[in-house]
Amino acid sequence: MCLAVTGKIITKEGLTGVVDMSGIRVNTGFHLVPEAKVGDYVLLHAGFAIQIIDEQEALETNALLDELLHPEEIR
Amino acid sequence: MSIERVLLIHGGGGRMARRLIESIVSTFDNTALSRMEDASPIYIPEHEKKSAGDTAEQQPRIVMTTDSFVVTPLFFPGGDIGKLSVCGTVNDLATAGAVPAALSVGLIIEEGFPVRDLERVLTSMKETADSVSVPLITGDTKVVEKGRGDGVYISTAGVGVVRPGIELSPARIEEGDTVLINGSIGNHEASILSARNELSLGAKIESDCAPLGDLMQTVLEAAPEAKCARDPTRGGVTAVLCELAESAGCTITLDEEAIPVNEDVQGLCDILGLDPLQMANEGKMIVIVPGRMAQIVLEAMKTLDVGRNSVKIGEVQKGPGRLVMKTPYGTSRIITMPVGNQLPRIC
Amino acid sequence: MNEPYRDRELVKTVTRKIHDVYPGDAVKIMEVCGTHTMAIAKYGLRSLLPDGLSLISGPGCPVCVTPSSIINAVLELAVLPNVTVATFGDMIRVPGSDKNLEQLKAEGADVRIVYSAYELIDMASSEKDREFVFVSVGFETTTPGIALAILEAEKRGIKNLFFIAANRLVIPALEALCISENTLIDGFLCPGHVSVIIGWDAYRPIADRFHVPCVVGGFEPVDILTAVYEIVRRVSKGEAGVANTYKRAVSEKGNARALEVMDRVFEPADAAWRGIGTIPKSGLKLRDEFAHLEALSHFRVHLIESPDPKGCRCGDVLKGVIIPPECALFGKRCTPENPVGPCMVSSEGSCAAYYRYPKSE
Repeated sequence: MCLAVTGKIITKEGLTGVVDMSGIRVNTGFHLVPEAKVGDYVLLHAGFAIQIIDEQEALETNALLDELLHPEEIR
Repeated sequence: MSIERVLLIHGGGGRMARRLIESIVSTFDNTALSRMEDASPIYIPEHEKKSAGDTAEQQPRIVMTTDSFVVTPLFFPGGDIGKLSVCGTVNDLATAGAVPAALSVGLIIEEGFPVRDLERVLTSMKETADSVSVPLITGDTKVVEKGRGDGVYISTAGVGVVRPGIELSPARIEEGDTVLINGSIGNHEASILSARNELSLGAKIESDCAPLGDLMQTVLEAAPEAKCARDPTRGGVTAVLCELAESAGCTITLDEEAIPVNEDVQGLCDILGLDPLQMANEGKMIVIVPGRMAQIVLEAMKTLDVGRNSVKIGEVQKGPGRLVMKTPYGTSRIITMPVGNQLPRIC
Repeated sequence: MNEPYRDRELVKTVTRKIHDVYPGDAVKIMEVCGTHTMAIAKYGLRSLLPDGLSLISGPGCPVCVTPSSIINAVLELAVLPNVTVATFGDMIRVPGSDKNLEQLKAEGADVRIVYSAYELIDMASSEKDREFVFVSVGFETTTPGIALAILEAEKRGIKNLFFIAANRLVIPALEALCISENTLIDGFLCPGHVSVIIGWDAYRPIADRFHVPCVVGGFEPVDILTAVYEIVRRVSKGEAGVANTYKRAVSEKGNARALEVMDRVFEPADAAWRGIGTIPKSGLKLRDEFAHLEALSHFRVHLIESPDPKGCRCGDVLKGVIIPPECALFGKRCTPENPVGPCMVSSEGSCAAYYRYPKSE
């Protein structure tokens, strides 16, 4: 239910386009993230992009320790 | 046979395939087949008499193998069914340490198949066979009605000669041995999957299809005491090593970080939920050698283009006959024989 | 992109922190998502955790929980003339009362595996002489994509494409679990990608009503361990609440567009979960506007209740009451080659995961 991979948008025309994932080109629907732009990283599941991934946040290792110590929460 | 109908999974190289093969072997009920090796020695009575003075180990042995090729698409990045048929047969002989002496080929051609494509396939076979100096000495052709074949099926047999003193067999595997492979895994099956283009994916992954006879001869020159060799085709590295571990009654431990997987192959696997370790290779040989010979053998393998990325991926230890994977995190898991061909999944 | 979350040193650091904060008595965490089960097994994470801390598999396998009655109905459709059944690879080997789709394919049925429901649009458009049935399974991660395929089919006026809606919802399932077995579960490791769609705040009613911490986690080793750490930390302090440790992908309210498109096409309905029984409003059915696309009514196939196979304890495994080896059939009558219940068939089923990755001695 949760198998999704991260890839980079390389073409986008309206709501369809192509995402590159380690050299594999995947035909993708962007209906769920219409604001996504070429160059954005997205989470792909079963042919659709379901989320835009914040590249900066994803790559900063500091953010990891931050998550560890201060996860987003409501009590 | 307790199976009712043959399913695709019975050709997948895993547990189910083994079941079918065991059923077939038991029907024939003979020693050679029961060993279930990729290539078997031929006993020629006159030959035995002449060399009666020598011990078994001092006689060169003639071995024979057979294989069939049903791949679709017929033409894929890095090869085609023709090249595949020669490489596959030569590689089966190579697992016995044999120098290929001759090949035969049977073609089953579907009505309507373009002659131009047939010529492409045949040229490819000739080029591959020439590149390893193996003569194609006999063959057969059949044509079946449209709809009863996938363009062309190829069936081959190969005969080779094993030098005296070479004895490759799972029974020789023991604690202290090392597991080597000549490069990255999963490329062939990934190439086929991406060439089929059924799954709205675009990729140009090259098959690793290649003849490995020279590679094995190089290994055997560097280490005549090499224990065993296997080409991980259907079922991948996992199927081969699970079987070897079971036959040898030893624990084979793999180092996950040492196993080379190309980025695009890993990408395809991640998208479809597949395991590269279970995917077919057509230009890879797993070689098991005594631990003290590992470095020398690796250096020898690297002198050939097809071995330039050779690497050690595991070790043999005392323990129950099973395959174990060491993760990068200091943990390990037991890998069991795959059931059959993997299916893409979304979960 | 995910590299830092596989880092060995970080795995060690987070593991240490879990041990630091572990209270000492038995703690049971339910990993709701089957993909988490597989990842935990693949990385061998259980052996890094303190002895009394156990991770139990929950009902997060949409294939596992599809009742036999639906699978039998699919098998009935698959043998109708000029009908093609299409589904995700996960479904092909799930057993009905007698056979599975793969066996039917061997007998000549047109069964096709797709990666995306959208592929059905092209298939149905180009093969107008056939009728196509898509077996729609999945949780909230998958459902929006299927809803989009349905909307596209309507937009293009495609008349030969139908759907069996067997999708499920996670929150009602968690609720049902807590009501019946809440003394066993101390915290929930919530599914990262379902949460991308529904948002981490969706678990608040569970956390508050049953006083169990609900923490959303991703799928890399560091992601999983970080979420486990946060759950254990809260348990040790007697706290509950919700938290999100998969910050790079999951937001508080989820993906509004996805929720909107799901709501446009589907509405909640009572649904049967294999081995658990009927859970109110835990499934989805096509809204009236799209009811003409419903496969079972179009082909006039009825759902016939069928009992779970004898001795099969998939229900108890799904509820986290037992671990797979405690089922008498596990590894004997029920193996990946001859599965009795779907927990063994699905690649992410608890039993299949346990079978493939038994805990190393």
